[in-house]
This record gives sequence, structure tokens and C-alpha cells, in this order.
Amino acid sequence: MRTVLFLIRKEYLQVFRDRAMLFLIFFLPAVQLLLLSSAATFEMRNARMHVVDRDGSPVSRELVARMAASGRFEVAARSASLELANRDLLARRVSLVLHIPPDFEHTLVRERVAPVQLLVDAENGAAAGVMQSYAASILNAYAADLGVELHPEVGGVREGGAPPPPAPGRERIEVRTRGWFNPRLDYSDYMVPGILVLLVTLVGTLLSAMNIAREKELGTLEQLNVTPLTRSQFIAGKLLPFWILALVELTVGLSLARLVFDIPMRGSLLLVYAAAAVYLVAALGIGLWISTVTETQQQAIFVTYFILMIYMLMSGLFTPVESMPRWAQLFTLLNPVRHFIEIMRAVLVKGAGFAAIQTPFAILVAYAAAVLAIAVRQYRKTSA
Amino acid sequence: MSVLLAFLRKETYHILRDRRTLVIALAMPLIQVLLFGFAIRTEVEEVRLAVVDPAPDHATLEIRARLASTGLFRTVAVLPTSAPLERLFQRGDARAAVVFEPGFAGRLGRGEPARVLLVSDATEPNQGSRIQAYALNVIRGYERELGAAGRGVRIVPEVRMRFNPTLESSNLFVPGLVAMILTIVSAMMTAVSLTREKETGTMEVLLVSPLRPWQIIAGKVLPYLVLGFLNVLTALAAAAAVFGVPMRGSLLLFLAESTLFILTSLALGILISTRTDSQRVATMGALVGLMMPTMVLSGFIFPLESLPGWLRPLTNVVPARWFVLIARGIMLKGVGLAYLWEETLVLLGMTLLLLGVGTKRFKIRLR
Repeated sequence: MRTVLFLIRKEYLQVFRDRAMLFLIFFLPAVQLLLLSSAATFEMRNARMHVVDRDGSPVSRELVARMAASGRFEVAARSASLELANRDLLARRVSLVLHIPPDFEHTLVRERVAPVQLLVDAENGAAAGVMQSYAASILNAYAADLGVELHPEVGGVREGGAPPPPAPGRERIEVRTRGWFNPRLDYSDYMVPGILVLLVTLVGTLLSAMNIAREKELGTLEQLNVTPLTRSQFIAGKLLPFWILALVELTVGLSLARLVFDIPMRGSLLLVYAAAAVYLVAALGIGLWISTVTETQQQAIFVTYFILMIYMLMSGLFTPVESMPRWAQLFTLLNPVRHFIEIMRAVLVKGAGFAAIQTPFAILVAYAAAVLAIAVRQYRKTSA
Repeated sequence: MSVLLAFLRKETYHILRDRRTLVIALAMPLIQVLLFGFAIRTEVEEVRLAVVDPAPDHATLEIRARLASTGLFRTVAVLPTSAPLERLFQRGDARAAVVFEPGFAGRLGRGEPARVLLVSDATEPNQGSRIQAYALNVIRGYERELGAAGRGVRIVPEVRMRFNPTLESSNLFVPGLVAMILTIVSAMMTAVSLTREKETGTMEVLLVSPLRPWQIIAGKVLPYLVLGFLNVLTALAAAAAVFGVPMRGSLLLFLAESTLFILTSLALGILISTRTDSQRVATMGALVGLMMPTMVLSGFIFPLESLPGWLRPLTNVVPARWFVLIARGIMLKGVGLAYLWEETLVLLGMTLLLLGVGTKRFKIRLR
């Protein structure tokens, strides 16, 4: 045990002697957590809109006013020509065009159904989908109000609010809706735990992946190889320092999440840390394994970078795992980050207990054990 | 000049001899475009639905059948009470639930309001509200067929998705992915190859050679420019052949802009390398400093329009942000320099600035 402690002390001395490392390990991730968590949102405000109102009736003007009043859209330009609107769309001056055809009010009163055109810049699919659904719900609400106004005898169909008494013989379904776990519909509740996991993983994996490769490159691994350290002692001495460092970083991140973003912590923190302890063994173990199979730091970095990209994009952090094709969903099961993010979100945001997260937890335990065994076996004291 | 050529040859040998790194550097971007191009989707798909139906009757069965037939919902559980819902949601086994009241059809028939509750997992807010909207639509459709909603008026939005009518995810992600890969690979490679010379002590040899500082930098950077360009070509080929991502604008312009962007990233790498003598610090800087910001602040995944106002100016310093705009503009909208000159100028300015600072900082004396 004492030998391992010496090795740990050596690692800390080496890492912290370089002031730049301190900055990179603690300061940079903390700043990123703050900035990126605010940026990672699909919610849209003030999307710029070009209005082509060729009806010019009170109804069409009210429709435009409603769109603007929702706070989702902002009237950036008005004109009478679709040509001009189209050019704005191409030049990215606006993100959507609302076109109200002539005789809109007339058609609406006479036929009760009237179309408006929305041209959405779908260059960015996520934003386009969101804008479309915002617009649709504003139009629905307005139509419902109009219905009451134009045909008071029948009443409008509208969600929420006091329903008018249904006419006899008329059937009517009353729908109430609930969004669980995130009633404020706040993106940071969803993103902060995930981004934190990723940042900790990024720093931890990089440090451990470059570690042994660096010793190889500098030739100091030879010196370690001739000491009486056993293979498992060696791996333990390489793993523990970064494991502790990562846990400290996680703690800093969780405090920031609580203080700055007011992230709910509904479940047990102890459970979070238990999962983190296991997860970090797996994540750092993968880093060490990379380190043992590569010869130079450059190679180690490349492999790490590749794995980190997979961690990031196949973890359900930014895009839902459920939307991926079946084979990709199966593939994400191999991604430890996916399981840990799932646990973090379940415990912190949904208040899950151990029973609810036992599957991902068990996978992480198996992962950690396997990775450790491989890293210990892979490391050879004698060079080939 | 011949000195520079000799130096370039040395650098090229360096890269070519490290077969492992070379294979990784060439194959990796291709694999990434293929893997992520297929895997990343933002549509809401296959929502696991729990149904709470204490007393099934013809109306609730009809609504359940309609929900299932949309293809969006997959019913995972039919329960008599809503008590187990919380557990199901916590485990992630269900992301949406419809809860009917007993005697649903009876109340409908008598003309009394029949109540139904829609629950969705709003941990991810947009998904949560979209799922609700879909389910609501299905129920409203049913109601309308019963003849209840002939009253009132409807305004029908006719939506046209310009430039990407089917909202094909790969059309959006592939240009972003190219930007992401280029930034990191180019910046990281340059930073590492320069600091490596310092760490192994061979920089000293270069400094006492007749090479001028800019020549050392140029010799280090040029081979990686070629490598980056090859990456663009393979990624582009994959994008067109596998995903059918359109190239509506000029291919030549796209290649020129890509070259400019690679230069920006290389210049960033040079700057990083002047700040440190250790490969470890250089890569940590390149990866920790660039990876997440490039992903989140470039508009690659998250729409820049949705950023809070105070954060938006910050995205201006992310080079990938400008390249994503340019790449999408050329590939999807088919616009030319007339629409993209501002973005191009910004990239050009950034490159010159970074190169200038980097070259100036490049120390020719050893401490």
C-alpha cells in the first residue's frame, strides 16, 4: 500500500508542478460548464420573422400581433412581396416567413377554414421543427378565440380554461396535460448534469490516457519497471490519483450546478457518488488501457479523441438515444457515459432510488471490473 | 527555399513513417462521418407509452389504437391504476402516459365531458411538449370525427421547410461534423507536433539551422494542411455517396473555404503550441478548450438563435461557427460568395490574426 502511495504522490507532483495544468483541469471545465449549459438549449425566443400580409384585414393584423406577443417571434421585416421575403431568408436575415394570402379573413368567415403559409429556414432542422410547433400552437389558440368571436353560438375548442357547457348530444373530451419532472421546462435541468459528466470524463480520460504513453516517450517507464512494484500496484498507482481528481472536479461541478443553475437534487447524493466512483474506474481504466497500447502521446491522443467523440455524440447527451436507429441504440449500450448520464439525470432530476437505476449501475460495475482486468493484463514490465 | 523544401520533406517523412497515426488521421474522420451521420437524429421517435385504463370501453380502446397506429408511440404497459407510473418514468421505461377516467365512453355518450390526462417526461423540455402535442392531436382527431368539433374555425398553417424539406438530419449534421473534425484534428496535430519537438529537445536543432522561424512553422503546418484537405475530400465523398447530402452551390468554392478554415485551425494550433513546452498541456488545451465549445457554440447541434442574448456575441470567436454557416450555405442553400462574403472575411481575419500572434510568439531562444 505504501508503495502505491508514493506513486500517487509522484503523479500529483508531476501534474501540479505545471501551473497550466491546474488551469486546464479545474478552471477551464468550470467556465465551460457555466457557459455551455446556458447555450445548450433548443428553446427559441425572438425568432426573426418576415411578414407578408396580403390580406391586411383586422383578423390578419391580430394574427401577426399574436405571433409577436408570444415572445417566440419578432417581426423583423414587412413587405408585400414574397420575392423580398425569400431573399431575406437566403441571406439569413430572418428565420421564417409568414405569408397571409389575400382574402384570408373572408375565407375564414365563409368557409371556417383558411390557410396561411409558413416558410421556415430548415437549414437548422432542430430550430425549424421548434418554430413550426410554436407557430402551430399560437395559430390554434387564436383560431379558438376567433371561433367564439365569429360564431358565439357554438363556442370554440380550446385547451385549458373553463370549458363552455357542451350542447346536448355533442361529445367532448377534456384533456389535461402534465410535464413531469421539469414543470418549469428548463433546459439547464436536463443539460447541466450531462455536460458535467462529459467534462469530468474529458479531463480524466485525457490525463490517464497520456500518462503511461508519456512515461514511455520520456523513457521513465523503464525506471518504474525495475522497481519492485507489481502490475496491479502500478495500475492502482496510475488510476487512483486521477480518480480522486475527477471526484473533486465532480464535486466542484455539482456545487456550481446547485448554486448557479439551481439544479434540483431530488435523489440521494450518496447514490450519485457511488455511481460516480464506479463509473470513473471504468472511464479512467479505458484511458489507461489506451495508454498501455500506444507508443507515443500523439497516438494516445488520437485514440482518446476518437473515443471521446463517441462518448459525446452517442451518449444521449445532446440528441436522444431513442431517436437513433436500432443498431446505434445497441451500440450506445457499450458507452459508459450513456449509463452514467442516465443515472445522473434519473437520480438528480427524477429523484430515482437504487431500484430504478440498478440496470445501468450493474452495467457500470461489470464495465469497471472488465476494464481494470484488461489494463492490468495489458501492461507488461518486460518490453517486447 | 530549398532549405524549406528539405524541411518539408523531413516533416512528411515523420508523418508517413508513423503508420499508426497516419491511418488513424485518415480513416477516423471518415468513420466519424459515417457513424454519426447515421446515428444522430433529433426527431422524436418511438415514444414508450404507458396506458392507464381502469375500465376499458370502446372509446378508450379506439383512442389507444389510434395512438399506437401513429407509429410514434409504442405501448409498453396497460395499467389499471396510475400508481406505478412514477416508477416507470423514473426507470425510463415510459416517457409518456395517457390516463383515462372510468366510464369514459359512457360520459362521452351522455354528452358530459370525458376526462383524459396526458403525462410526458419533460426532463428534456422540447421532447416533453412535442410528445404532448402529438398525443393531443390524435385525441382531437378522434373528437372531430365524433362530430363534436364542427364548430369554431381553423387556421391551417401550410409549412414549407426551405432548403431541407424533409428535415433530413444528416443534411444538417454532416456539414457541422466536418467543421468539428477539422478544427480539432488540425489544431491538435499542429500543437502536438510543435510541442513534441520542444519536449524531445529537437527544436534546438531546428533553431540553430538556417531555417527562419516562419519557415519552421510553415514546414510544420503544410503537411497537415494536406492531411486536412484529404479529410475534407473523404468526408465530402461519404456525405454525397452515403447520405446523399446535396452540394447545391459551387464545389470549388466549398473546397476553397474549407482550405481557409483548415488554415484557421492550424493557426490556432500554432498559438496553443507557443504557450507551452509540454505535449500534455498542448493537447489538454486543444481538446478541453475546443471540443465542447465547438460542439455547443457553433450551431452544429443547438440553434444559435436559441442562445441567451448575452452569450451570442461569444459565439463570434468560435471559428467553427462561421464555417458551419458557410458549409450549410453552400451545400444546402446553394448560395455563393455574394451571400457569404462576410463569413469568409471573418475567417480570413481570424486566420491572419492567429498566424500573426503565433509567429510573433514563437520563441527562437531557449530558456
